[in-house]
Amino acid sequence: MTTSARQGPEERVSGSPRSAPQHAEQRRSGTPRWVAREHHRFEAAGKPFVYLVPSAAVFGLDETADVILRRVSERPHTRDELSAALDDVDSRSNLDSTLAELSRVRAIREIDAAPEPQPKIIPLAPFPLTTMVLNVTNQCNLSCEYCYEYGEDKIVDTENGKQPKFMTEETAQQSVDFMLRESGGNKVAHVTFFGGETLLNFPVLVKTIAYARQRAAELGKEVDFSLTTNATLLKPDVIEFLAQNRVGVTISIDGPKEVQDKFRVFHNGAGSYDIVAPKIKELLKRHRSRPIGARVTLTSGKMDVRRIYRHLTEDIGFWEVGFAPVTTSPNRRHAISENGYDEMLAQFRDLAFEFLEAAVENRHHGFSNVKETLEELHKGISKAFPCGAGLGLMGVATDGDVALCHRFAGSDVHKFGTVRDGVDRSAQLAFLEAHHIANKTDCHTCWARPLCAGGCYHEAHTRYGETTRPNLHYCNWIRGWTDVCLQVYGALSERNPGFLAQFDRDS
Amino acid sequence: MKHLKSVNQKAARIERATEPHDVVALQRGSLPQTPHFPIGCSLVFSPGWEADRTGGTAGLCQPVERDLFDCHIGCYWPAQVPDQLNHAPDWTAKCAAAQKDWRKIDLIFP
Repeated sequence: MTTSARQGPEERVSGSPRSAPQHAEQRRSGTPRWVAREHHRFEAAGKPFVYLVPSAAVFGLDETADVILRRVSERPHTRDELSAALDDVDSRSNLDSTLAELSRVRAIREIDAAPEPQPKIIPLAPFPLTTMVLNVTNQCNLSCEYCYEYGEDKIVDTENGKQPKFMTEETAQQSVDFMLRESGGNKVAHVTFFGGETLLNFPVLVKTIAYARQRAAELGKEVDFSLTTNATLLKPDVIEFLAQNRVGVTISIDGPKEVQDKFRVFHNGAGSYDIVAPKIKELLKRHRSRPIGARVTLTSGKMDVRRIYRHLTEDIGFWEVGFAPVTTSPNRRHAISENGYDEMLAQFRDLAFEFLEAAVENRHHGFSNVKETLEELHKGISKAFPCGAGLGLMGVATDGDVALCHRFAGSDVHKFGTVRDGVDRSAQLAFLEAHHIANKTDCHTCWARPLCAGGCYHEAHTRYGETTRPNLHYCNWIRGWTDVCLQVYGALSERNPGFLAQFDRDS
Repeated sequence: MKHLKSVNQKAARIERATEPHDVVALQRGSLPQTPHFPIGCSLVFSPGWEADRTGGTAGLCQPVERDLFDCHIGCYWPAQVPDQLNHAPDWTAKCAAAQKDWRKIDLIFP
């Protein structure tokens, strides 16, 4: 069972509105009444837990703490009322110490305590760049119907726009210099090659990696490389190069043949599965220096997440599979409906609990969505911004314009300078000021905001025309998914805490 | 804590950060091992009102007019002095050495 409470005026917390005379009487008598602060209660391995908002702390509760927290979530309680609600003498003798602990970690507060404002702290500039996503081309040999770069919801005109279709070697080298300059004190810089179809510009990619290695070595830094590809151009020499250079590879693929061929098609409409499947198998056979992941776009229609997962891990051989719902306007053929999100959640839940059973036995499970969320939960991350875009991550368009992220590369919306002139700090600051979670009032009563923070800027831009808007169309999905991950996290903390220790090492 | 168990890293940090401390007197020989931030002027290196820099009372405050500058310049506490940034930038212009020239400080009326 899970329950959640919101911070704020008492009438929002419970179903019993406070009457003014009653309140005045309470004040006169000096009896403090306790209310819950924002939290989300959940159960795992048969035990109660609480996820606190906005701190993102996870605490296990004993029976007394659980009873108290549930009571004060329903309505304000005095100490005497809480004492009456506790069954036995033991619990009653623990009442004061439990109230003190719940109050200390900010799970509860006295009702008269002044409400706390939403903090708004903008990161200090210059924020070091960790990842640069380099759009080496905006051209593609597929024409997936849902593509945000080519499809109906595109924000950049890649056919007749001002950008060149391919990034030149010179611009790519300027981008590397930009990256190393903006990475500040970081020892390692990450470069992700992206498109379009990245491998259409393979020659520039090869030269850029060599250049980046050399420049980084001169500066005493390291560069880590990765790319995303649709796998159609994975020829043996390409595979050999990627393996030898330890380039991380993510393959965009939607699943078995009939799923893949529904939207991931060539310009003539022909499906791409039969072309890519053997090439991916070759890649997986040769390229063992980095784990290779699949990235699945979920669309409308029958979603069979488990079957897609089985196919990609067992039949094809991927180490990890990550799923993301398609980014689209609501009226498109491939858009996921309200019911579709519920169905997706149910299937994600099944797969997440499968992950749990594997993790309990220290077996690998490749459902990467759950692992990423578990890491964030374990660290207690509480976000002011939904992702690193515009902070530690930026996208670079084919002409060297610096964008919020790869999805905005080439667009004049949220352009942050150029690789030649550096980051436009005033544009960056204005963006961060406007997109802080403190501005997203819709999110202020949501317990999942430490992880979500309003969701993807590009999704909001496509859906509502404004990056500042929170993605209200998938709130239930986010809360449902976060709840599932909390249950998996709580269960792991009880059944195999050693599994979670890997996230301690990473930090 | 007896009734709550810290599960994630953030919970453990909150538990450590809210660990209750005893109240200690500044004059006490050794300070607690955890970071300790006394409240008051003895936080800065000028002698304060409660204790001097050695923790005793022998070298207590300098003359009252010195305090004026201490609060005004060296301390985060908003001392009751004129607004030197906007309203009265030159109010201490004639006061080169506070202990000698303090009578020359301008009177400022808001």
